[in-house]
Formats: sequence, structure tokens, C-alpha cells
Amino acid sequence: MVLKILNTLITVGVGILAALVLYWLLNKLAELLPGPWEDRIKPYLYILPAYAALVFYLVYPAVQTVVFSFANPTSTAWVGWDNYTKLLQSENFQDTLFNTLLWMIVVPVVVVALGLAMAVLADRLNPRWESTSKTIIFLPMAISAVGAGVVWGLVYDYRPEGREQIGLQNAIVTALGFDPVAWLQLDQLHINSFFLMIMLMWAQVGFSMVLLSAAVKGVPEDTLEAARIDGANERDIFFRVVVPQIWGTVLTVYVTTLIGVMKIFDIVYVMTNGGFNTNVVGNEFFNQLFSNFNNGAAAAIVVMLMLATVPIMFYQVRNFRREEMMG
Amino acid sequence: MTSTQTTMAAATPTEKTRKRASREGQPQKAGWFARIVVLTLCFLWIVPVVGLFLTSFRPRDDANETGWWTLFWTPSAWSRLSFDNYVTAWNDAGLDIAFVNTLAIALPATFIPILVAAFAAYAFAFMEFPGRNFLFLAVVSLLVVPNYIAFVPILRIYSDLEIAGTFPAVWLAHIGFGMSLAIYILRNYMATLPKSLIESAKIDGASHFQTFFRLVLPMSVPALAAFAIFQFLWVWNDLLVALIFVGPGDNAPITVALRNNLMGQAGAGQHLVTAGGFISMILPIIVFLFMQRFFVRGLTAGAVKG
Repeated sequence: MVLKILNTLITVGVGILAALVLYWLLNKLAELLPGPWEDRIKPYLYILPAYAALVFYLVYPAVQTVVFSFANPTSTAWVGWDNYTKLLQSENFQDTLFNTLLWMIVVPVVVVALGLAMAVLADRLNPRWESTSKTIIFLPMAISAVGAGVVWGLVYDYRPEGREQIGLQNAIVTALGFDPVAWLQLDQLHINSFFLMIMLMWAQVGFSMVLLSAAVKGVPEDTLEAARIDGANERDIFFRVVVPQIWGTVLTVYVTTLIGVMKIFDIVYVMTNGGFNTNVVGNEFFNQLFSNFNNGAAAAIVVMLMLATVPIMFYQVRNFRREEMMG
Repeated sequence: MTSTQTTMAAATPTEKTRKRASREGQPQKAGWFARIVVLTLCFLWIVPVVGLFLTSFRPRDDANETGWWTLFWTPSAWSRLSFDNYVTAWNDAGLDIAFVNTLAIALPATFIPILVAAFAAYAFAFMEFPGRNFLFLAVVSLLVVPNYIAFVPILRIYSDLEIAGTFPAVWLAHIGFGMSLAIYILRNYMATLPKSLIESAKIDGASHFQTFFRLVLPMSVPALAAFAIFQFLWVWNDLLVALIFVGPGDNAPITVALRNNLMGQAGAGQHLVTAGGFISMILPIIVFLFMQRFFVRGLTAGAVKG
């Protein structure tokens, strides 16, 4: 153990030192260049390591993944569109896509709505209660999906009828006189998927709250005052005065939660591993890669995921350019 | 969790048009409606965590045969609470080594990308060069690219180089995946620093290297801190990247160990699973609680800056 810690410390130290030395060297390199060339080349040397990381870990693999998606499980022969057609025709994958779509429809809306509700309502409490309540809602952000799996395992736990329930939800249900329910196996109407979604909402609402809270506090007081003088009630003020002014932040939170939801993996993997018709695209990718050892199908799934994010990418870039031009 | 990485990306848009309102006047008094809703939400949010916390101190039979809430009306059970589960989970379930491994992965995977991104952000914010706008827009568009695209090709390269499962292999992966977000946040923050200050440093004969380390880096501490906290939480809590590039074994981080050595074992029992769960959460929670102020300030800096 001591050796392990020592070893770890040395590795960490060397790693960080290497990064520092790299920049010192790059800078020295630029200074060796004659006169004007130093200034011309330096910016590129400063961004070079960052770009190397981006190209090696995102751009190059993106191209390679597209190539793999047209090849067989071991990437040794071409199979054309087979990976795509097989996936899209399989009923399991269709269910997986449908589940992912459900997540995309439900989670971002609820996360924005609850975050906004918390932001607006906590704002009215006295400062100590405001910060305490916000910390409680924000806290799950620090908890991993595996940790969340342990936490929520104690909520959804199921014991057959007659045994004492140690899951909170079943304890309530049986106390009310009903039979215990195996919540995570309940796939009618995708109810089990909704229970998994609750875990993600639990983790994400705090984040949405923090951003929206900042936006709500940024709404100029005089616009609220003017509405009050005009005789508007609190509800009108919220929907007609506050919401339009924070709409940009609402969209930002919505879009970014959406991107996260599209990539959801760990909650599903930890709780059901996609069983009982709770599978989602991220988990299916993992299973294709590590259970079926099918590089081709895994790559095809990623390509589909990537295509689905392209509209969001355009939206982000357009948004950024517009704001930069205004700024 | 998974979605938070990109969440923060758009969390710091450059909304320079918004005016900061001074909240001089006290907002409306909290009505019963506001109080009840906030109280209910907080109750729902915290109860599952309380359940985990209490269960982790209960002996095996208590934890696996009765609900944790029974503690509230069986005072006799209080005397049986102990740290035994923590000792067992730490020593026998391999969480001790996993904890060290997670630190070894998370610390460099937090600091190296900050340094790399800060240099790039400096170039984007303070240096003029052909292609600057295009190169930065490329960073913006890479923000939403799911890191799934990297796994199959990079895993192949790692296997060929025989570095799969080593710490540097995971650092590099996290550096790559966190890079676009780091550049984006730091550059947007640096763009708000007064240009005149950097100009005068130049006139005084400071090189870019000196300006960067002595002036811009210290002034960017809020953004650096926000990203550092964020990236640390992200890497510490990560499961997917760890499963793919490290997997179970000597170098497995705590998420993988908790999943495989405790949750995945039918015989482990809730008393050990919850203790292990708490061990895995304690450091990020401490970091979060102590740094929350910086984190929130850094996050909302872009959104509310006047």
C-alpha cells in the first residue's frame, strides 16, 4: 500500500512536471526563431498541445469510427451498411431507441421546470434558508452514478411479499396495504425507465437551479416594479416579465441537459444494465463493444448518436457567433 | 454524471448584454406555497442520502432485514451502530487501493488539461493570428461531440501500444475529452480581462510567457477554480471512461471497484454496499461543499456578467 501510494505520487508528479516542461520547451523553441517569426509562430505553438489532444481524441477517432461502422465485428472486412440495417431492423434496438427518445423528451423538460421552480421559490426565502435549500438540491451533483445507484437502490429495493421491505418505496406501498412491486422490472408503460430518469433528474436539477437562479436574480427590479404598478399579479409577472428575460438561460440549460441525456450510460448500466426493456443507446454501445465484441455495431451506434448531435452543434455555433458579434 | 460535462459548456455563454440588477429591495415575502414546495423538494432530495448514511453504520442483519427508518422508533438498534462496515469495505473490498487509484487518475486529469487549455485560451484571447476565429469555432463545435466516438479507435491504439489500463493512458483520454470545455470556459473568461493591462505588460518588456504566468493566470483564478472543481468531480465520478480504458484490476478507480466488488456481488449486502458508497462519495462531497461558492461563481460568471 505504501509502495502503491509512493508510486502514485511519483507518477502524478512526473505527469504534471512533463506538461510544464513541454510548454517551457515550446516557448524556448519560439524564441530561437528570428525576429518577426517568433511572434508569428508563437500563438500556434501555444495552441498546439491543446489541438493535438482534440485532434487525437475527438477528430481522428470520429473519422475512424465512421470507417469502422462499415466493417465487421473485428474490423477486418467491409460489410457495407449491414451494421446499420441489422441494428435498425432489430426489435431490441428499436426499443432502445424509443427508450432513449423517452429520456430525451422527459428529463430536460422536468430538469428545467424543477430548476426554475427552485430558483424562483428559494429566492423568496430568507438568505439562510435559501442557501441551505439550494445546497441540498445541488449536492447530488457531487455524487457519482454508481453512488446514486447505491442511494436509490435503497429506495427501489424489492423483497417478495411477506418479507420485511428495506426499500423505501415498497415500505410505503405495503404500509398502505398494497403488494410490494419490483419497480425496476415494471416495464408496462416504461414505468421502470421513469424510475431511472428520476435518478438523473435528482442529479441534474441543482445545476439547472444554479444557472436559472443567477438569471432570475439578474432580472432588473424596475421591470418587475413597472409591471406591479400596472396591476399585474405575481403569475403574470413571472410568465410575462421574468420568463422572457431569462429565456436565453432556459434554452441553454435545456440544450445542455438534452446533450447529456442523449449520452446517458452509467445510471442504466448500474441499475439494470438495460434489462427489463430499460436499455438506452449508451448502454447498448457498451454491451456491443464489451459483451458482443462487435466493433462494427458499436461504431454504427456511435455514428447515429453523432448524427443526432449535429443539429445541436449547429445551434451552439450559431448562438456563439451571434453573441460574440453583439458583445 | 455524464451529462454535466456539456452542461457546463453552455453554462458559460457570453451573454454580455444582460444587465446586473442590484437587489436592493427585499423580494416578496415567502408565501406558504413557496415554503411548502421548497421544503418538499429538499425533503425528497435528501431522504435517500440519509437512508444510505444511516444504513452504512448498521450491522449486517439489521441493514438487510429491516428498513433504515426503523432506527427512528427502535432506540435499542442505535447501540449496534458502528464503523465496522467501513473497515470491512475499505480493507476487504479493495476500496483502499481503488481510492488511491482514483486520486492518481483525478489529480493529473484535472491539472494538466487546465494548463494546456490555459495556454490555448491565452492565445485565443490575447494574440492575433490568421485562422484564430475559425480554430476557436472548431473548439465550440467540438463541445457537443459525444466522447463515445473515441472509444473504439483509441482502445485499439492503446492495445497496440500496450498502455491500456495505465494511469497516463486515462489521463490523456480525460485531457482530450475535457479540453474543448476547458478552452471554451477559460477563453471566455480571459476575454473579459482588461486588454490595457496586458498591453502595458508588453510595453514594459514582458514576454508572452511571463505575461501568461505572472498576470493572466493569477487573474483567471475564478475560472480556473470553477473548471478545476468541475473536472475533478467529473473524473472522480466517471464510470464509462474508467471501464473502457482501465477496467477492473490493480488500477481500477473507486467507481469501478464499488460496482464490481460490492454492488455486483449478491452476497455483499446493503451494509457493505452503503459503506462503500459513502467512501466513494465523501471526498467529492467535501470538495463540493467547501468549494461550492467558487464553483457557482465561476459557472454563472458568463451568464450574469454585466
